[in-house]
Amino acid sequence: MIRIFLLLCLLAGPAFAVSNPGEMLADPAQEARARALGQQLRCLVCQNNSVEESEADFARDLRRVIRERVTAGDDDAQVMAWMTARYGEFVRLYPALNAQTALLWASPVLALAMGAAAVLLGRRRRQAAPTPLSDAERTALEKLTTP
Amino acid sequence: MNPVGRRLMFLAPLALLGIGGVGAFTLLKRMAEGDFDPRGVPSMLIDKKVPDFTLAAQSGQAGFSAADLAGAGQPVLVNFFASWCLPCVAEAAQLLALKQRGVALWGIAYKDRDEETARFLKQHGNPFARIGRDAEGKAALEFGVYGVPETYLVDRAGIVRWRWVGALTDVVVARALNPLLKQYA
Repeated sequence: MIRIFLLLCLLAGPAFAVSNPGEMLADPAQEARARALGQQLRCLVCQNNSVEESEADFARDLRRVIRERVTAGDDDAQVMAWMTARYGEFVRLYPALNAQTALLWASPVLALAMGAAAVLLGRRRRQAAPTPLSDAERTALEKLTTP
Repeated sequence: MNPVGRRLMFLAPLALLGIGGVGAFTLLKRMAEGDFDPRGVPSMLIDKKVPDFTLAAQSGQAGFSAADLAGAGQPVLVNFFASWCLPCVAEAAQLLALKQRGVALWGIAYKDRDEETARFLKQHGNPFARIGRDAEGKAALEFGVYGVPETYLVDRAGIVRWRWVGALTDVVVARALNPLLKQYA
């Protein structure tokens, strides 16, 4: 029973908003490409949903455009260019690497470097031995510790 | 730790907190005035020619195309609106006031039925000199519209100079639109 359940879980794909079969392209290869493209585009109305997942009217419009472009023979880069020409870089859920997004893409490495630097600095400070006691301090300590 | 370091340890976070506070306050104030939208997406059309489109006329009105906009002889505010859109009701009075001032307003009825648009205009007033119908929202896609209302300022040469997403408020008109209208008059 559990095995069947697990198997079903594995088979279950992500939910797509393209619930209307009328939206889908007849050619499965083209439909797959259109879906992959839709998953890389942000629905600007709901912002953190992809165009493929969203039920918003706007997302439906973009899905239709993607499918029109794909049927017209555009390659993936051309479809993306159509989108960014109208909706800007923000429409891409995975922003392209350029001067504007360089810091964004570098942020994981930067965060790791800053963490490593903090750990190293902390370790170095801890390793530095305390300065030895002076003679006066030693006698004061001895006076305190002898009963 | 030396005294300077100790003072810095206290003052530096305090200064950061102060700067952050002023920034947050400014943002919240501008959001409340309708002058800033944190979810806003910058338009790709700014300083570019209006995209190519031709729109059928709303009944009893004149439709228009991109060429008509470029040949208008004055800057035009292009307003995407719909009868089903609440912020459009909110900005109706603002648009009428702009028309009173002599600003040319051309409307694009976005995904709306002809009779519904007519009812909306009858109820809230018609500030538009021309009204094109974009029933399927195709022209809107060319403009990069992602919701209604959206307003574009197109100069005499047919170049888009400004875009505003959402209802036009007094503050937006005073701070952003008026200087541009003067500049491109």
